[in-house]
Amino acid sequence: MSDKRRKIAVTINGKRYEEEVEVRYTLADFMRQQLGLTGTHLGCEHGVCGACTILFDGRSARSCIMLAVQADGHEILTVEGIAPSPDKMHPLQEAFRDNHGLQCGFCTPGMLITLLEFLRDNPDPTEQEVRIGISGNLCRCTGYQGIVAAALDAAQRLKPAKEAP
Amino acid sequence: MKPPPFSYHDPRSVSDAVGLLSKLENAKVLAGGQSLMPMLNMRYVLPDHIIDLNKIEPLSYLRETDGVLEVGAMTRQRDLEFSDVVKAKFPIIHEAILNVGHRQTRNRGTVGGSLCHLDPSAELVTLSAAHDATVTVIGPNGTRDIAFTEFPVAFMTTALEPDELLTRVRFPRWPAGHGYGFVEFSRRHGDFAIASAAALLEEDGNGKIKRASLTLGGVGVLPVRMREVEKALVGQTASEDLFREACEACRKVDAIEDVHAPASYRQHLGAVLSRRALVAAHGRVGKA
Repeated sequence: MSDKRRKIAVTINGKRYEEEVEVRYTLADFMRQQLGLTGTHLGCEHGVCGACTILFDGRSARSCIMLAVQADGHEILTVEGIAPSPDKMHPLQEAFRDNHGLQCGFCTPGMLITLLEFLRDNPDPTEQEVRIGISGNLCRCTGYQGIVAAALDAAQRLKPAKEAP
Repeated sequence: MKPPPFSYHDPRSVSDAVGLLSKLENAKVLAGGQSLMPMLNMRYVLPDHIIDLNKIEPLSYLRETDGVLEVGAMTRQRDLEFSDVVKAKFPIIHEAILNVGHRQTRNRGTVGGSLCHLDPSAELVTLSAAHDATVTVIGPNGTRDIAFTEFPVAFMTTALEPDELLTRVRFPRWPAGHGYGFVEFSRRHGDFAIASAAALLEEDGNGKIKRASLTLGGVGVLPVRMREVEKALVGQTASEDLFREACEACRKVDAIEDVHAPASYRQHLGAVLSRRALVAAHGRVGKA
């Protein structure tokens, strides 16, 4: 193997992948093109729009400005791994559906992942905090109103589950 | 929008990294990647080698010893954001870091990466100038300390030699009860600042200013320490009128002119934001 290619092992949504990658490949391209995980979207490809946001070892990061080789030995969560089962949506996803949190859906994977981390760290946010929380994710359809409403609604939905004995 | 081909190196130690840096031609150091990776994607840079520092654990730390905050170059910006020591003893860093990009970028972006990239509007650059920081760099001939005043040398260019690596930055603490204020103007939250101002104040019990630090970010190509304003403030009794009058000097700073704002607007913002930062700092004196 030349120094232009590397073998990596990465866990994505609980599944372990062992792959050989070109070292210049971004993490986003690796997941989408090599693994077929196209849930993660690519908008700007230079770290501005937030569509490609994933959780990298539990922390949000932009997968278009990370290299696939950097994921070696790490754990990733993408939008495909949010729902508890194939026929059941995550409460955050339910809240997006009920509050018109998406129209075309292009920004949605990044929004969901960003808000997953945000609501974990701040389970009872104010509207202003939500707006700052999603300031790194661009949406061209909703004007953000529906997304903010969905986030606040999701915070309420996620609460009883946490407080239940 | 794909990075050009390069060879990838991920050294496990600082000495290995320095060795690679002095051996390899046309190499770029990859820290948090929040600036270099976009530049690679857009092919603004075409390195033959990438030296990734992310596996060098000893470069990631944050500690306070003898009143000095010591931050390893690979410490993530989010670690500053969530540090209790920073919040309690270096409050201006906490206030400013919330303006550094977004959560997603602070999770990856590093302190050393931001300082070496030296974007004119980078908050960490402005803070380092404001807080009289010192950086430590290492090269094939050993380490040396550089006062931050000497670190920025030209637009996005530092005093680092091509085979040197930044390893840490140290911020000396201001006394307990000092006032602080960081104010920034940008189009949207998390955007690059069109201008920012960082102010630190120390006053005696009667509101007389003992020591002042005022720095403009985003106005000039390099951070601008407003020594003239600082001099005009020391020995005077703090008031908004005093700040307003002293900050007029910011209108004479050699300012950037670009698609976002003409130079005159940046100078205007410099004066206004400086006053606001000083007013905020004065209002916080004695409270921490």
